[in-house]
Amino acid sequence: MTSVPSAIGPSILKAETKNLSFMYGATKALRNNSLPVGQNQITALIGPSGCGKSTLLRCFNRMHDLYAGNGYQGEIILYPDGHNILSSDVDPIEVRMRIGMVFQKPNPFPKSIYDNVAYGLRVRGVRSRAVLDESVERALRGAALWDEVKDRLDQSGASLSGGQQQRLCIARALATDPEMLLLDEPTSALDPIATANVEELLLTLKARVTILIVTHNMQQAARVSDWTAFMYLGELIEFGPTKTIFTTPSNKQTEDYITGRFG
Amino acid sequence: MASPLNHTLAGNLVRRKLAERLFIVFGLGTLSLAVLVLFLLIGHLVVDGLPRINWDFLTSFPSRRPGEAGILSAWVGTCLIMLVTIVTGVPIGVAAGVYLEEYSPRNWMTDLIEVTVTNLAGVPSIIYGLLALGAFVYLFGLGDSILTAGLTLALLILPVVIVSTREAIRAVPVQIREAAYGMGATKWQTVTHHVLPYSMAGILTGVIIGLSRAIGETAPIITIGALTFIAFLPPAPVTAEPPFISFEWLGSAFTALPIQMFSWVSRPGEEFLNNAAAAGVVLMVMTVAMNGAAIVLRYRMRKRITW
Repeated sequence: MTSVPSAIGPSILKAETKNLSFMYGATKALRNNSLPVGQNQITALIGPSGCGKSTLLRCFNRMHDLYAGNGYQGEIILYPDGHNILSSDVDPIEVRMRIGMVFQKPNPFPKSIYDNVAYGLRVRGVRSRAVLDESVERALRGAALWDEVKDRLDQSGASLSGGQQQRLCIARALATDPEMLLLDEPTSALDPIATANVEELLLTLKARVTILIVTHNMQQAARVSDWTAFMYLGELIEFGPTKTIFTTPSNKQTEDYITGRFG
Repeated sequence: MASPLNHTLAGNLVRRKLAERLFIVFGLGTLSLAVLVLFLLIGHLVVDGLPRINWDFLTSFPSRRPGEAGILSAWVGTCLIMLVTIVTGVPIGVAAGVYLEEYSPRNWMTDLIEVTVTNLAGVPSIIYGLLALGAFVYLFGLGDSILTAGLTLALLILPVVIVSTREAIRAVPVQIREAAYGMGATKWQTVTHHVLPYSMAGILTGVIIGLSRAIGETAPIITIGALTFIAFLPPAPVTAEPPFISFEWLGSAFTALPIQMFSWVSRPGEEFLNNAAAAGVVLMVMTVAMNGAAIVLRYRMRKRITW
């Protein structure tokens, strides 16, 4: 079986994977994925557990490089540079500075709210208090958290509720103005109201940043994304506009998954 | 015990609960025994030693007359040796733990180092003394000095510090590391900004366990040539002339509290035995103070960190 991306794709690309395969040691977790990621669009990755959607997401900021024995084949081209970010001459740290990530479980550092958001800039060597103050406020406003925390920036990030913690993590990723934001099931640990807040936030954020989101929740994909990719057993089965995928999928497996027949 | 409910099942339950009760009795018994022995030891020491402890005892040099003998040179020696041990052993041990846990590649070399470090913890302390005698005293020519003693005890605590550092580091959730790496932090930044600060409480515990063991060690420092009768203090670390700080004390001959005790115990006469008990009380107070400080620090660090 080969990947069959839809003929219709996003008009301006921010990134795309070309024949991307990924190995966890001897296990092949991704096979020949070719996924386009539209600029300032939200692209959702859906599929049953273990289909490789998180694995694919984590290729984009080379998170897999942290663990021994992992190997990529194929390319991820990041535009406008047009360079393959998986190639050996690219430093994964540089990739991670350009592509931010938000994880499944909110993982604020056990530091103050301010220090959490300022972290990305401090890592880069920004010391100016004025610059940091300004960026922290802008990022927290961007993550729709400013009004809730502006009076307690010196309190621990852990003192926030789960939904606030996740928006704090989004603010932390936004503070460095990344070109792309990777979200790995960002609402799976949140209650429905916090989930709605995060979803609403994503819709406002796409004007600023290209978003790639992994989600278990098909309604979520349908609500927030412009494009949807369905994955199964490490392969990209179908890609297309979200509306098409959810109403008239061309692939039988996609249809079965979306209608809840398996997954 | 008759049950108003189902008789067959109830009989079984009584038997199962009996095992539980027996274990509780056994556990309480062994625990009380351990506590009793400890209190007897401490009580004995305090009864014998406490009457001897006064200002003169703390500020006098040893003497042939038991009533005039004091532990000034011994406790100063112990403090200075511990200082050298902390300054050398802790940074090296923590660095080694960080390297093994975060940086070292997975290969046979690393495995070998790991096995060696674990086994070092079980080496009898007198072997460290012999090693120090060969290496520090003869090979490097450091003499029977405070520096040699401090370095020897640093070797002794090294395995404990390394192992506890690794365990503390391993307890930092992988999500926190990934968050830092995800922000574009280097490994060094991840370690110094996150991993080390968050595992400090655990590292501290290991350091204190190591130091508590080291402070009472007698065998290794006797091996390297600690004197049992020292009637002078090492040169002061602070001087009147620039650069105001002096490291001459590192090369000074020394004695330490456990050595002083050992020397007094081996003398005839009850009064010397009481002196030894008094020195023991002082040594124990130092250990308890060290542990107390560690508990307070650990509590304050833990309170700030929640995942």
